[in-house]
Amino acid sequence: MSALHIVNKSPFERNSLASCLRLAAKGSAVLLFEDGVIGAMKNTKHSDAVANAMSDVSFYVLGPDIKARGLNDGNVIDGIKVIDYDGFVDLTTEHKSVQSWL
Amino acid sequence: MEEEGIVKKFCYMNRKAPYGTIYALESLEVVLIAAAFDQDISLVFADDGVYQLTKNQDTDGIGMKNFSKTYSALGDYDIKKIYVEKESLEERGLTTDDLQALKYEDEDDDWAEKDSLFVVGRDELSKIINEQDVVLSF
Amino acid sequence: MKFGIVINEGPYTHQASDSALQFVKSALAKGHEIFRIFFYHDGVNNGTSLGVPPQDDRNLPNEWSELAEKNGLDLVVCVAAAQRRGMLDEDEMKRHGKDSNNLVKGFRISGLGQLIEAGIQSDRLVTFGD
Repeated sequence: MSALHIVNKSPFERNSLASCLRLAAKGSAVLLFEDGVIGAMKNTKHSDAVANAMSDVSFYVLGPDIKARGLNDGNVIDGIKVIDYDGFVDLTTEHKSVQSWL
Repeated sequence: MEEEGIVKKFCYMNRKAPYGTIYALESLEVVLIAAAFDQDISLVFADDGVYQLTKNQDTDGIGMKNFSKTYSALGDYDIKKIYVEKESLEERGLTTDDLQALKYEDEDDDWAEKDSLFVVGRDELSKIINEQDVVLSF
Repeated sequence: MKFGIVINEGPYTHQASDSALQFVKSALAKGHEIFRIFFYHDGVNNGTSLGVPPQDDRNLPNEWSELAEKNGLDLVVCVAAAQRRGMLDEDEMKRHGKDSNNLVKGFRISGLGQLIEAGIQSDRLVTFGD
């Protein structure tokens, strides 16, 4: 079983997403939540880095945090799966450990 | 304090510089307690976390306690796997010479003094992190 | 599955406590067990009984307290972090000669060993922070 990495900061504010992508092992999963959902959006300065990382890790984003920020599921980068809190819980059970990129 | 013989791989992930926030100090406090639980402990210092291990910290001018000496005592707590990410050092213009030399005494080798700090590249660090059972981030 | 939860930030300034609350509610609804919720760093402030948020806002300490009572959750506030930040239960108040205490019902104060134990005993440890 691989690891789940959870990132809660915007890539415009912190390096946590970049560090996570640098160190997440191939085959692991990354969940973007809280301000981290900004990293899941299309057409930002950081979108390419996320899209390029998709060959190595699978991406998820927390829908409730997208909605809260007035963003739209339709603007999520193709290939990132939008999930809710039940999906978040399921993700943690499906991976061997959960690393929070604080 | 042993928990019925369960031994898990515990990783303490440090990515923040000391003093600007309390995370480095309170992470160290957890590690010192954790040492009593006979778990398989690794400490990781990446990103600005590498600054926690610098030599010659002097906090006299900021009115805060200098806790950097505690890192050199980690060997006495049998903590001997301290990983520093090579790329994080390089990006910050630091080398191992800027860091404290952390050692432990190997009881299986006539108490010979050995290095407990390892500078590892991102691929190796990535592997180390992926093998952990529990990752605590500060 | 058995979960341990770590909350590293206080209520309101960061979303950490809110996210953890939603996560825990979902996990409980799915039939998972919450072994322990450990409050560390400024997270200890989630245990304050003295907060008076506006009426149209959530009261996070009370929400934790009520969820704990309903589901038998173990809410543990780190003693070292709590002492620094002025979070005291009745015992701590007496021991340190203070004239008041401020821990919401359902929380308890204990040592960092409780965090390590949560890591050992839980199938997954999930940390919410800044």
